[in-house]
Amino acid sequence: MGVIVEPAKPVVTPEGVQIYSPNVVVASIEKLINWGANTARLNSMWPVTFGLACCAIEMMTTGSAHYDLDRLGVIFRGSPRQADFMMVAGTVTKKMSSIVRRVYDQMPEPRYVISVGSCACSGGIFNTYAVVQGCDEFVPVDVYIPGCPPRPEAFIEGLVKLQDKIRAEEHRWGLFR
Amino acid sequence: MGPLQIAERIKEQFPDDVLGYTEFRDQVTVSVKRDNIVGICRYLHDDAEMGFDYPASLCGVDYMPREPRFEVVYNLYSIKHRHRIVLKADVPESDPNIDTVTGIWTGVNWHERETFDMYGINFNGHPDMRRILMPEDWEGHPLRKDYPVTGPAREWKGYEEVRDRKRKFAEFEWKPLK
Ligand code: SF4
Repeated sequence: MGVIVEPAKPVVTPEGVQIYSPNVVVASIEKLINWGANTARLNSMWPVTFGLACCAIEMMTTGSAHYDLDRLGVIFRGSPRQADFMMVAGTVTKKMSSIVRRVYDQMPEPRYVISVGSCACSGGIFNTYAVVQGCDEFVPVDVYIPGCPPRPEAFIEGLVKLQDKIRAEEHRWGLFR
Repeated sequence: MGPLQIAERIKEQFPDDVLGYTEFRDQVTVSVKRDNIVGICRYLHDDAEMGFDYPASLCGVDYMPREPRFEVVYNLYSIKHRHRIVLKADVPESDPNIDTVTGIWTGVNWHERETFDMYGINFNGHPDMRRILMPEDWEGHPLRKDYPVTGPAREWKGYEEVRDRKRKFAEFEWKPLK
């Protein structure tokens, strides 16, 4: 009597990490840490809660039950210290810009910025004395979501784009920064 | 009381201050001189038959080439009697001053501050004559017709500082190695 054990076939992640079983993972250490850190990060992205204009209403809609951002691991946090990224949702006025920048400065690394709506991306219809012509003038932006306002589907697309971006990152975990 | 009656009554009470009135679709606008605006408002507020206890709105208007250039508009309503009236007072550009009516209706405080912020019309005797919407060190009054819509050529100092922060901290941002 005997049991014939087939050699296990590993699951290979896009990063090249081979997973044989929950207990056996084979990869170079660099790939392994990248994979671990990035997967953890992209599956629990927590934004700072703040909204600036009408786009923020759409952001709340996306967060509520029908579209349900929680299933992507996106949970709104009340403090920039606990947040991973920031959604600049709405018209940024020059008077408000210093406060938006301060929220960004308070966030710990790794941090990301999503610019939501025509206003935050480019000033939109408000080419006026009081409105910032694109929030990338004063914070670095990772993902732009166009629309006035963007549909909740567009929000989710933007978040998935940010997840893709995080997944492709390398060495954002200390030593070889 | 009908709006035309109110206008007539104001004219009787203040024959020297009322310049005239117009009616458009049952809305009556009384043009008055700015000198006695507090007296007129005090009368409208205190008189039992007038009883204008609710200043619905107060704003400025800029009729640029015209002289006098500015106008301050008072939209008054009486919750008790359910009638309304509009007062308009001309303010010349050379001397943009008018007396405050905050002593009569406290609620116009912020309206007058906004009018000051946007048009540069000064309200004499106002308890807190500061800008309300624009930053305190903003130059110019944005709703004036000769104000450039995209702002003055020189950027506001506060925003310059915010942009400088991005430049200053750019070296600490994470960048991909490749
Ligand atoms: S892009 Fe449109 S919806 Fe969004 S803040 Fe600007 S005006 Fe409002």
